[in-house]
Amino acid sequence: MRTNDNVVIHPQSDSTLSAKQLEDNFADIHPPLTDTTVGIEADRCYYCYDAPCTAACPTSIDIPLFIRQIYTKDTSGAAKTILDSNIMGGMCARVCPTENLCEGDCVRNTHEDKPVAIGLLQRYATDSVQSTGKQLFERQADTGKKIAVVGAGPAGMACAHQLSMLGNSVTVFEDKNKAGGLNEYGIAAYKTVDDFAQKEIQYIMDLGGIEIKTGMALGRDLTLGNLQKDFDAVFLAVGLAGVRALDLENECADGIQDAVDYISVLRQSDDLKNLSVGDNVVVIGGGMTAIDIAVQSKRLGAKRVAIIYRRGPDEMGASDVERKFAQTNGVDIHFWSKISQIVTNNNAVSEIVIEETKLAEGELKGTGKMHTMQTDSLFKAVGQLLDNEVDGINQLQCDRAKIVVDINRRTSSEGVWAGGDCIDNGYDLVVAAVEDGKIAARDIHQSING
Amino acid sequence: MADLTTNFLGIQSPNPFWLASAPPTDKAYNVERAFEAGWGGVVWKTLGVNPPVVNVNGPRYSSKLSNERRVIGFNNIELISDRSFETNIREIEQVKKNWPDRVIIGSAMFPMEEKYWLELIPEMEKAGVDGFELNFGCPHGMSERGMGSAVGQVPEYVRLCTEFCKKATSLPVIVKLTPNVTNVVPIAEAALEGKADAVSLINTINSIMGVDLDTFNMYPNTGGMGSHGGYCGEAVKPIALNMVAEIARNKKTSGLPISGIGGISSWKDAVEFITLGSTTVQVCTAAMVYGFRIVDELKSGLSGFLDEKGIASVNDLVGRAVPSVTDWKNLNLNHIDKAVIDQDACIKCGRCHIACEDTSHQAITKEKDGVRFFEVIEEECVGCNLCVSVCPVENCITMVAQTEGVDLRTGKPIVNTHSDWTTHPNNPAKVS
Ligand SMILES: Cc1cc2nc3c(=O)[nH]c(=O)nc-3n(C[C@H](O)[C@H](O)[C@H](O)COP(=O)(O)OP(=O)(O)OC[C@H]3O[C@@H](n4cnc5c(N)ncnc54)[C@H](O)[C@@H]3O)c2cc1C
Ligand SMILES: Cc1cc2nc3c(=O)[nH]c(=O)nc-3n(C[C@H](O)[C@H](O)[C@H](O)COP(=O)(O)O)c2cc1C
Ligand code: SF4
Repeated sequence: MRTNDNVVIHPQSDSTLSAKQLEDNFADIHPPLTDTTVGIEADRCYYCYDAPCTAACPTSIDIPLFIRQIYTKDTSGAAKTILDSNIMGGMCARVCPTENLCEGDCVRNTHEDKPVAIGLLQRYATDSVQSTGKQLFERQADTGKKIAVVGAGPAGMACAHQLSMLGNSVTVFEDKNKAGGLNEYGIAAYKTVDDFAQKEIQYIMDLGGIEIKTGMALGRDLTLGNLQKDFDAVFLAVGLAGVRALDLENECADGIQDAVDYISVLRQSDDLKNLSVGDNVVVIGGGMTAIDIAVQSKRLGAKRVAIIYRRGPDEMGASDVERKFAQTNGVDIHFWSKISQIVTNNNAVSEIVIEETKLAEGELKGTGKMHTMQTDSLFKAVGQLLDNEVDGINQLQCDRAKIVVDINRRTSSEGVWAGGDCIDNGYDLVVAAVEDGKIAARDIHQSING
Repeated sequence: MADLTTNFLGIQSPNPFWLASAPPTDKAYNVERAFEAGWGGVVWKTLGVNPPVVNVNGPRYSSKLSNERRVIGFNNIELISDRSFETNIREIEQVKKNWPDRVIIGSAMFPMEEKYWLELIPEMEKAGVDGFELNFGCPHGMSERGMGSAVGQVPEYVRLCTEFCKKATSLPVIVKLTPNVTNVVPIAEAALEGKADAVSLINTINSIMGVDLDTFNMYPNTGGMGSHGGYCGEAVKPIALNMVAEIARNKKTSGLPISGIGGISSWKDAVEFITLGSTTVQVCTAAMVYGFRIVDELKSGLSGFLDEKGIASVNDLVGRAVPSVTDWKNLNLNHIDKAVIDQDACIKCGRCHIACEDTSHQAITKEKDGVRFFEVIEEECVGCNLCVSVCPVENCITMVAQTEGVDLRTGKPIVNTHSDWTTHPNNPAKVS
């Protein structure tokens, strides 16, 4: 069930947009602050005591401090404050749904409904060191200990960085041929332009003490047992490699695919002109992935894009801001609707049947009201799943398709920790994966170094 | 519409807003533009003896900026007029002819020898000035040559020079004071003894704006070397207000008319200067930062304020706040204020808490029932106003006078009688 780099794209009509239009559509959606605007924005921070923004950040970045450092033009000090808590502070500045996190709790919302632009300030600070490559971290004395990390996504790389800083040697095993996880293959293209994911990985690698072995998959090339034998500890950060099914007839017809697979092709494409996109695109789902595939399809030139979501706007996994972003990009969101049938023609999807839903006694029910929608491209974005058939993972205690861990991210197996999307951290966000990696690393270090 | 005209020493001015002696009043071109814009008067850029002084060809000015790059403070090392005495005289004469209803005050700085005053002051008078301002304030350059603040810091010199000038003219003479003294009052008294008709203050305050952290040279500098400048603009207003009030409430000088200067950049600032004893106000930095057009805001704000308060003219405002200024020893120690936080207005930034907790009296909570909650603990509050001073929301925290009951901090009953340090038992020099 694992995805790989070579997903087949089903035949669809080619994008009708010009190269210039495509370039504009996939440019940075939140352009960075300038040296002038950054001072004005930093000045808006009240430097709150026991700040609510910091409490709302899963990695607890000392936000008032880093903003004050920006204000006093100690930009690399600001970057250090951020990266100390969150080594992927640069990516998080771009992809965090800040409206639900730090900025959502900014006290400025109380009186003026306009929080301090914490994400953009964070980006300004982290970009300043990322662009010069200035190394802010040093490794502590070598402990002689070796740790295996499985998966080079945010959780795995954050763990590796923290462990290496503490003096341990880390080997990261990654299935794909590039590190970065969903930062590289999943996040919407316009959120992280200019190959930023790879630059961030490079910054982490520049610390030293970390080796990444790509093309190495647990379950195919490695066993958990061997890793446990060869290393002092193992950290599993495999994300969610499986994709949930719709459980409908004709689900394998042409024109139907997993949203994450298509996004991964999009992210790896050198020339968006070569990507084909449907005329009538339908997305099933209500989370960030649904929004991303819908908007990116639209920006690639799809004529009509609709999201079909079972429940209402309040229940959506995607934030308000993301929902509105989709809507202003011309995506129709059909709430209280579910797909009930896939109609094919020549083994390709041609139409879907949609049934309206409602809540009855707290349960979601079909109302029996049906309508059809012309569809030549159908994306499944109904959630990713832990691939718990993988050898090693299948020996661990799991609950609702997530690996069970304690507060220090220890699994049921001695010497094995886990973090990121493959555990239930309550978010499924990059920032939460980084926090898992950091916490696990500190606990691993303590436990193996006595 | 309130009456903005002012009568200062018999000099009529259509409004109390004058431009201070400085670059805005350097020559006919600027002054004509200022009058077109609506300024009531100008104090012409200070005239000196020939040959004229020369200025540096590097930076004369520099500023203290907010992060939004608003000018908060301003510094300069400019000397007095670097044009010949005759050129200035010619231009003053011409502009005065063109604008008979506006005030032109001639500013002078001559060496401390009577002959210069007797020779040059009458020349200026002939050109048509309405009065004189003696620049005993310039704190840089000129002071090294025994003029400007070098005169203004010594009461005896101030008296002497004022007398030289008074001997040379029958027009009103204003003495412009330097703030670079420990006590401005004796200087004002000396001016009065020399028969000055009024004082104006403040001139600029000795200052270094900073250090270039790459070269370790002070800033601003001329090719690497710098010299202290004079500081002015918004940042100096509190210092200027105090000096104005000190002169206004000092017995000997209390009747002496004042032209207030120092950091005036809005009509509110002007009202404050006027209520603390100034009859006219002078502006330099705000005009240098925003241009002459700010006079529109000054005039409309002042006139709106007078209308709103039902005060007929600017004259009725002069000195209104002076009786409220006194010595510390006279403050009522029985008066008790406590801070009150308006919970509806509170945005929960916690700044009052940490300020009071770390540096005052541990009188503000940080949580209640496990959630952020900032409330004054009356038992601890000493009424210091720190929380009000740091709160980012206007009127969220206010000081409320306690008029009855018991002060929960001291356990003592609140009394409405006056008691101050002069009679306090802890005062070794108390009067019984
Ligand atoms: C379309 C999409 C958009 C998203 N947008 C955002 C966003 O805007 N903001 C945000 O904060 N979050 C977003 N997320 C969520 C975010 O990407 C994840 O929460 C985060 O990447 C989780 O990090 P991770 O390290 O746990 O897993 P991943 O990033 O999934 O990394 C797991 C890594 O493990 C590797 N791997 C898997 N199985 C094996 C194996 N058996 N052996 C070896 N290696 C293996 C994978 O190849 C991958 O590199 C988005 C997710 C998706 C799908
Ligand atoms: C550049 C500059 C030059 C000045 N030159 C003179 C001067 O020649 N004579 C004088 O009496 N005061 C001079 N001053 C002082 C101003 O007249 C005024 O007293 C001082 O700037 C305070 O007012 P402000 O805060 O409105 O600027 C000068 C000030 C500045 C900024
Ligand atoms: S007035 Fe002073 S002592 Fe009272 S609460 Fe405010 S800061 Fe604390």
